[in-house]
Amino acid sequence: MKIAVLIKQVPDSDDVRMDEATGTMVREGIGAMINPLDLHALQEALRIRSSRGGEVTAISMGPPQAETALREALALGADEAVFLSDPRFAASDTWATARTLSEAIEATGPYDLVLAGEKATDGETGQVGPEVAVMLDVPFSTYVSWIEFESGNSLVVSRTVEDGIERQRLSIPCLLTVLRDINEPSMPTLSGKRAARRADLPAWDLDRLGLSPEEIGLKGSPTRVVRIFHPQITRSPRLFKGNDIERGIAELLTELEGLGITGREGVS
Amino acid sequence: MRRDSPSGGILVLGEIRSGRLHPAALELTAKARLLADDMGAEVSTLLLFSEIDVNPETLIGYGADSVICVRDRRLGLFDQEVQSRILYRIIRDTRPGIVLAPATTSGRSIMPAVAAKLRTGLTADCTGLDIDPETKQLLQTRPAIGGNIMATIRTPEHRPQMATVRPRTFAIPASDPNRAGSVKELTLPDHCFESRVVPLGLERSDGDDVNIQDRDVVVSGGKGMKKQENFALLRNLAELLDGGVGASRAAVDNKWIPYSHQVGLSGKVVAPKVYFAVGISGTVQHLAGMQTSGMIVAINKDPEAPIFKVADIGLCGDLFDIVPRLIEALRGRKGV
Repeated sequence: MKIAVLIKQVPDSDDVRMDEATGTMVREGIGAMINPLDLHALQEALRIRSSRGGEVTAISMGPPQAETALREALALGADEAVFLSDPRFAASDTWATARTLSEAIEATGPYDLVLAGEKATDGETGQVGPEVAVMLDVPFSTYVSWIEFESGNSLVVSRTVEDGIERQRLSIPCLLTVLRDINEPSMPTLSGKRAARRADLPAWDLDRLGLSPEEIGLKGSPTRVVRIFHPQITRSPRLFKGNDIERGIAELLTELEGLGITGREGVS
Repeated sequence: MRRDSPSGGILVLGEIRSGRLHPAALELTAKARLLADDMGAEVSTLLLFSEIDVNPETLIGYGADSVICVRDRRLGLFDQEVQSRILYRIIRDTRPGIVLAPATTSGRSIMPAVAAKLRTGLTADCTGLDIDPETKQLLQTRPAIGGNIMATIRTPEHRPQMATVRPRTFAIPASDPNRAGSVKELTLPDHCFESRVVPLGLERSDGDDVNIQDRDVVVSGGKGMKKQENFALLRNLAELLDGGVGASRAAVDNKWIPYSHQVGLSGKVVAPKVYFAVGISGTVQHLAGMQTSGMIVAINKDPEAPIFKVADIGLCGDLFDIVPRLIEALRGRKGV
């Protein structure tokens, strides 16, 4: 079974700090890491490889420093890594990103399975997975928390959705985006770390992928960011302590009533 | 697709889950009405279902000029391949300028598939939609990095302009019983329902497991809850307010409550009418998941806890004293 795992390098969310003066997020000097859900996707690929055999290829698009994310994937046990990096890929929106990734998947595949995290912690769109699936013309499922292979050329997934767990059967090849519940990522192995150090990771650029500059990067992106701003949420905190707690509870009850929060009737 | 027709109307994808119309269908239809009035355009709401608990005409009262219904037994269980194929087909035939869907697990699966096929832009999880008065383009505003940054995005050249919208973003106005509009039943050829995805069923969860993003009230506990058993206290409070129970990462990492309840940067982003942070100090990661809530109530013993800076009402003291008193006061109000 040939499995591709899509990986994105994101700012380390454990390292997020606020600038007290401006109330905005500090971005400078923030570490980078593999998007947490992508680690679950990689772990699932490794789990499938250990039970069914095959090969796991990690694919990532990003600036030169994103190479470290792929070395990390190799240290964790991926067999191959494909690094897509070209200044002309910069400022890609989800469509252009999906276009680039799907071209790389076709160039290095075919794969039986493509796995990715449900969304990345920075952009939080969750769009690239389904977009890649459509561009590859394979079926897809999202919010996957369980994968089970069947005897034929199919698999069954559990999707964690708003009102429960949905089960779906998909034919192979297919693309799945996974949630954190699916597994527990493991630690890098010694042999993996050695392989990661030794690996040669030449960047694939636009020409090697055979894409036209019109299709990728900012030029290939249908959307444009016109403004970025920090939301101003103004609250006037009222703090109650000690003997004032009772008054605080009374004010809270009044506010709840004002908002129409009356709760369930007849709960005892 | 590149723009090749006049601005077109607005198409809203309504969501029907297990035969029930999701309130986001009303919310988005009403919002689309406001946008359409700014552009001089029409609003159509598309409903794909096998059964539905309301008369599709209802949507007209909220602002739809037409309601397009595809009623087929094969639409009973969610199939992203079939739904995206049908949406694609209807966009192709009706050429809307804007397509909106709720940013639910379904909407967030169907819309990127359709956008990819149409070669157009899609903005995820919007919390603001406006029409640029000059260009008449859709301005799509969305939070990133858990709401710490907002970005306004537009789709200048490609059509339709597509967005998923976070449910509960816009108010649902009262229905106008005098609005006129039409309901069209569409019959689609069999091949529209062919799929490489076979839906096998939905195992419903209830009570505690209902998605906290769907709740008007969320009561979250953190490190201050001290142990798993103490979450019963929060469940009592949540139940009284018909709310859900959330948690900080610390509580989830301690295995006091499953991950599906985690609020924050690495969990869920919630924006209920009222959010209770109980025994939660308020890390940046947690604030990112709840700071856009309507009202925030913090209960914490540390007066310096950052959570008090974002709380409308802060109750500073021992949560094991305050929460039971609050529960008692709520019960008293109900006269139980």
